[in-house]
Amino acid sequence: MALAKSPWIIHVNCNSCNGCDIEVLACLTPLYDAERFGVLNIGTPKQADIMVVTGSINYKNVNVLKNIYNQIPDPKVVLAVGACASTGGIFHDCYNVIGGVDQVIPVDAYVPGCCPRPEAILDGVVAALSVLESKSQGKIKGKDVKLKGNEVPSNA
Amino acid sequence: MTTVIPFGPQHPVLPEPVQLKLELDNDVVVGALPSLGYVHRGLEKFIDTKDYNQTLYICERICGICSAIHSITYARGVEQLMNVEIPERAEYLRVIWSELARVQSHLLWLGLFADGFGFESLFMECWKYREAVMDIMEMTTGNRVITSMCKVGGTTKDLSKEHIDIILKAIDNLEPQVENLEKVFVNNYTVKKRLVGLGVLSKQLAYDVGAVGPTLRGSGVHSDIRESPSWSIYKDLNFKAVIENDGDCYARTKVRIYELYECFKLIRNAISKLPAGEISIPVKGSPAAGAEAISRAEQPRGEVVYYVKGNGTKNLERLKIRTPTFANIPALLQMLPGIKLADVPVVVLTVDPCISCTER
Repeated sequence: MALAKSPWIIHVNCNSCNGCDIEVLACLTPLYDAERFGVLNIGTPKQADIMVVTGSINYKNVNVLKNIYNQIPDPKVVLAVGACASTGGIFHDCYNVIGGVDQVIPVDAYVPGCCPRPEAILDGVVAALSVLESKSQGKIKGKDVKLKGNEVPSNA
Repeated sequence: MTTVIPFGPQHPVLPEPVQLKLELDNDVVVGALPSLGYVHRGLEKFIDTKDYNQTLYICERICGICSAIHSITYARGVEQLMNVEIPERAEYLRVIWSELARVQSHLLWLGLFADGFGFESLFMECWKYREAVMDIMEMTTGNRVITSMCKVGGTTKDLSKEHIDIILKAIDNLEPQVENLEKVFVNNYTVKKRLVGLGVLSKQLAYDVGAVGPTLRGSGVHSDIRESPSWSIYKDLNFKAVIENDGDCYARTKVRIYELYECFKLIRNAISKLPAGEISIPVKGSPAAGAEAISRAEQPRGEVVYYVKGNGTKNLERLKIRTPTFANIPALLQMLPGIKLADVPVVVLTVDPCISCTER
């Protein structure tokens, strides 16, 4: 319960065009001010509860994403922000794009839009909070994503 | 003995994934090796499947911050290919939107930069002022970030009398606020302590490594594509490039702050001279086989170059983009040796890295 009152988020940019990233940052600044819900942006995955992912995944950043996901302590939720993070978006056909974030890590909430408005992102965070609460009460169990053995570990 | 420390791809000051392998001797950087590709999508190949009108929306999504000017530069390239003369009003509208985009981009950068050297309240202040521009973008085009106001042959949206009044009023409000920011960035003791004399790039070196934009102008080289003959409209608007001579982080910051005033002047002048008439002309047919064009524009981060080649069909034969941050990475690698590890985030941010542009 207490966790959902002050969730700390880590923002991970995968393959994003910056559009969603600057809207995620705009959420934290005075006009939208996510801090009034106790939301704090934090640089390190070890202290985070909510992982906000923007952009699709490609063959180079897929391991970075898995690494960061595995470092976040349980309970954790993943919020996919924008069309690219949800499905691959306009770039889903590109040769280097694997697809949406849910291809490699479990996603708990999606925010549609290219790019979504800060209000929509805040709404997504609030939706993720209810999932976080059920997880913290042990109703849903999370599990780690396995890195393949032959993949080069990234320095994330 | 030296130690290699990875800086990125996930780092608190970097909003985007890029990796610099820093070679350190104790606390001092002696070498840096960039590793790119975390944001590579493959857009230049992707356009094979899209026609030249659809490609504009792909170009817009190369980068969310420089989106407006990407689409304008691409549209100018295709208009050259097809020998299309766009209406004068559309030219002026494009200038107004691209300068508004530059204002929001510079305010965004100033905020991120302040956050980079640990001045968080200044970050909040910059982003608060930036929201005024985002509101104008939303009111006039319908979206805050990806605006889609440009098309091949003109613009998709027009500015009404009410819009113009609101824009002028917003700029009148914004200017004193930017003056307040200028006082902090230019005169504050702690800010100066972090920036003056840091990451110096000499005039000759900046020119030799091919730096562009505020990085180049901060080193005293007079180069701004808005002064080139291909952008004659900026000459009518009384544009003057901002140059600083010191070549350090402080000079690059000052270039961007003083450019904000230049943007306000350009928007006011463009609005006062805005001619009446059509905003677009219909473009039919397709680019001739073998026709080539090069289109350049000044983005907030520097000069962007688009090369387009037609093949007689609706699809383009080739689209090649040289983005400003790509040109600034060699300059960044020249600035890094000799500085301390704690200053690396500040120096990296002064070139205003836009990785999604660079890697496309």
